[in-house]
Amino acid sequence: MTNPNPLTEADVIKVASLARLELRPDEVATFTEQLGSVLGHAQDIAALNLEGLSPMAHPFDLENVLREDVVTPSLDRDAVLAAAPDAAEHRFRVGRILGEAP
Amino acid sequence: MSAWETIIGLEVHCELKTATKLFCGCPNMFGDEPNTNCCPVCLGLPGSLPVLNKGAVELAIRIGLALNCTVAPSTFHRKNYFYPDMPKDYQISQYDQPLNAGGWIDLPEGSRVGITRAHMEEDTGKSTHLGGTGRIHGADSSLIDYNRSGVPLVEIVSEPDMRSGVQARAYVAELRAILVAVGATDGRMEEGSMRVDANVSVRKPGDPFGTRCEIKNLNSLRSLQRAIEYEAARQIDLIEAGERVVQETRHFDEQTGRTGTMRSKEEATDYRYFPEPDLVPLNPSRAWIDEIRSNLAPLPKARREHLLAAVGEVTPALVDLVATVVDRDLDTLVSAAINAGAPAQLAIARAANELDADGVLPSPASFAGTCQLEASGRLSATQAKQVLAALLDEPHGDPAAIADRLGFVAMDDGALDTVLDAAIADHPSEWQRYCDGDDKLAQFFVGKVMAATKGKANGKAVIAAIAARRP
Amino acid sequence: MTTSAISLAQAIAARTTTAAAATDAALSAITERDGELHAFLHVDADAARQAASAIDARIAAGETVGPLAGVPVAIKDNLVMTGVPTTCGSKILEGWRPPYTATVVERLIDAGAIPIGKTNLDEFAMGSSTENSAYGPSRNPIDPTKVPGGSSGGSAVAVAAGYVPVSLGSDTGGSIRQPAAFCGLIGYKPTYGHISRYGLVAFSSSLDQVGPFTTTVADSALVSEIIGGHDHRDSTSIDAPAPSLLEACGRGVAGLRVGLCSDLLDGADAVIVDRVRAAAAALEAAGATIVDLAIPELRLGLSAYYLLAPAEASSNLARYDGVRFGLREERDDVAAMNVATRTAGFGPEVKRRIMLGTYALSAGYYDAYYGQAQKTRRLITNALDAAYQGVDLLLGATTPTTAFGFGDKVADPLSMYLSDLFTIPSNLAGHPAMSVPFGTDSAGLPIGVQLLAPGRRDDLLFAAGAVLESEVSA
Repeated sequence: MTNPNPLTEADVIKVASLARLELRPDEVATFTEQLGSVLGHAQDIAALNLEGLSPMAHPFDLENVLREDVVTPSLDRDAVLAAAPDAAEHRFRVGRILGEAP
Repeated sequence: MSAWETIIGLEVHCELKTATKLFCGCPNMFGDEPNTNCCPVCLGLPGSLPVLNKGAVELAIRIGLALNCTVAPSTFHRKNYFYPDMPKDYQISQYDQPLNAGGWIDLPEGSRVGITRAHMEEDTGKSTHLGGTGRIHGADSSLIDYNRSGVPLVEIVSEPDMRSGVQARAYVAELRAILVAVGATDGRMEEGSMRVDANVSVRKPGDPFGTRCEIKNLNSLRSLQRAIEYEAARQIDLIEAGERVVQETRHFDEQTGRTGTMRSKEEATDYRYFPEPDLVPLNPSRAWIDEIRSNLAPLPKARREHLLAAVGEVTPALVDLVATVVDRDLDTLVSAAINAGAPAQLAIARAANELDADGVLPSPASFAGTCQLEASGRLSATQAKQVLAALLDEPHGDPAAIADRLGFVAMDDGALDTVLDAAIADHPSEWQRYCDGDDKLAQFFVGKVMAATKGKANGKAVIAAIAARRP
Repeated sequence: MTTSAISLAQAIAARTTTAAAATDAALSAITERDGELHAFLHVDADAARQAASAIDARIAAGETVGPLAGVPVAIKDNLVMTGVPTTCGSKILEGWRPPYTATVVERLIDAGAIPIGKTNLDEFAMGSSTENSAYGPSRNPIDPTKVPGGSSGGSAVAVAAGYVPVSLGSDTGGSIRQPAAFCGLIGYKPTYGHISRYGLVAFSSSLDQVGPFTTTVADSALVSEIIGGHDHRDSTSIDAPAPSLLEACGRGVAGLRVGLCSDLLDGADAVIVDRVRAAAAALEAAGATIVDLAIPELRLGLSAYYLLAPAEASSNLARYDGVRFGLREERDDVAAMNVATRTAGFGPEVKRRIMLGTYALSAGYYDAYYGQAQKTRRLITNALDAAYQGVDLLLGATTPTTAFGFGDKVADPLSMYLSDLFTIPSNLAGHPAMSVPFGTDSAGLPIGVQLLAPGRRDDLLFAAGAVLESEVSA
């Protein structure tokens, strides 16, 4: 545990913004402490020399799981739009989009 | 002061022509009623899972092979960013292990452009902006249709090997021809099935690369060339005025012909790529790749070379005509006509200028016969074109019979003399000027004879007759 | 209801009782006691009664019915069913009715089971007590002042309270086994890929597995065989035959080598350590050889898990953005709406994990945290594989303590996370594991012992589990 709290409040604010969350000032402090303690615990693996080990993304080495290019039924449009918080003209409606997609 | 050099690299997104989407069985169909081709997977509903479309992988491999890439084991990653037309708020894409890498394209004019990678990813839905100008800025609200969400894309990233807007345009045209030829896409830029982003920078030759700007979403060859030319000029002006080019994303305004800032590098998104846990690695077998390679349709370059090999002297004009013929998929017909005896140059020219690949085509024998009648002088160029038009109603028709029916009777010399006499008599001063050496007036008299014979006279014979009369 | 699913299904098929009676019994038990215990977030009494009548009609008509015909079951509320509210214990999904059904639920229904309702859970399955449910916690039926464990706490309560003989949960880091231990049930987490995840709302995709809560090992085997097997809608589903689990229940453990693993034991309460040793003795008495061993790498699992699972979760939970379904906090522009919706809709633990995961994946930290955690996952899996060269099974504790009180660990997330220490390694390796009740502490709270097996050897768990079960009931 070389670094008991590797996280700053600025980090937490930045991460919250990336995750589209807004934090009250008191939450920033609490989360910084709580996340810091988890990351502090994680120093046990941060310190390991794991060279030569391949990163493990899946439990088993499956590969080439493919489906045939054959159409299957889509949902009824009413079912698609039934869950929409707002819809118009058979589309999902949202407020202004302020920027182009990145 | 030495000239500036423009450095261009392109990212081309190509929608694959599959029956279904990349990760679900919904139809991959442009222009359907909104939100009718959607299911839990392509709507990103909680609990849904992607399953990779084998047909899309095959088309992507075809692209890789056609672009001389190495097809390699690959993985899918999640590219995380929030955007309302992206249902999961991440895009399944490929990152550090793309399916295809390290290829090239040879352009018709002779240059070679490197291909960095051609990887698979999913498309987003489509937003329509309401209120304001109907564009994203100033709109009050937006409507989203997820029919396009999950449509398979291949993103083809070039090396920064291009040096002009014209060359970039030629690259995209050739790339499009290749992708269409291998059946990977319909290549309709206006429908968004091919979309181009251009990275543009300028430098003095020999200097390191300058700061680049990325121009997003260029949806026609013309826009691509204009945007690059404008952007290069803008950057040169900036530097010559002692300012700096700022790395940023820009968009091109079709109306004004200018590029404008979309987003600066400082606001760059942290995409937090990580391996997509819902998909397993893709490792196409050697046998599968070989099978796809052996079934690959001939590429435009080989097809052009095949046609050019049939003609004697290759001129730049002929190269352009051949490119047009191949681009319109008329080369099979032209080759067949040449084999059936049509003169190669004439067949190429008539196919490029008179035939519509999307419409009815004459049979190779009828097309060849028409070209032969024209070459022999039996038909004038104008007549030959009319016969070709008539062949659209009867593709296997006999060109000679059609010519007879249209009244295209080769005029004998006597008849031609009579008509020419009349033309000279009606225009004595023009004739005098011609006789005095004004060669341009020969064409004037050709026109008069053609008008009087309603196009039935053979142009070459008329020219010969006029020349013979000059004292 | 104390009968097992198997005997209830037999009684219904033999027309000693009816599906309608079994369903009514479940519904009245729920009416009677669930106000206090809060196992269910949604009970669909009408649909259940209709389904039960249909089963009874088919039996009366002499039709062949499935092996679970007429058996009432409870479904964790992170598994979707067409038209039935699915909240994942979160305000952000309040009112959402999915337009499709999870594969596991489909297979249960095809086998004749009667879904009674959706059970409570920690929000998006993130937690170990159900205290993170936006709809309030569930209570342990053995001692309602204690938590039932989590995240599948509601499903554990539904079986432990005797409402239903079977429920489904999901296990990402112990979310079936820990509540099974706290509530005195059989809790089984299958080999990753044995049971379809299609329709399971994802928490951490590479770790999540669905599994059953039951009162008997044989019920667990039956239900798992029904819901398990290849599903072409889940790309991570294993497409290969697996040894029969039901058959394994009668196989015994003679000749098996069982590793008593100190790293799945040290730090547990003394009474739990005692019971694990008693379980080892019982297996030995049944013909197994007990080998003491240590796998110190397992201790690293907690750190790896609390980086990997939040990282995947941060991405899996991005889609709750107010655009297509669920809660929307309206604002002028979409980005502001996203922020307001997510801020209002997610509880603190979910926010904590989203932020932790976002951080672990973000530029500059990926290698140190996410990348390192992925390599640690490999390290732990390799260590387990090496251990299985010498033994067939591992034995340890499921949890370090018995059921704890409400509020005991809420303020300190890390202490809550530490309660998953023994269950996490199986999720990281994708291996199967089972918690089997094996006695109680002095207060009468259940103690679970944990069996672990190598990947795709789930049958071994059932062989050993059945031996322990017979020892307890003897």
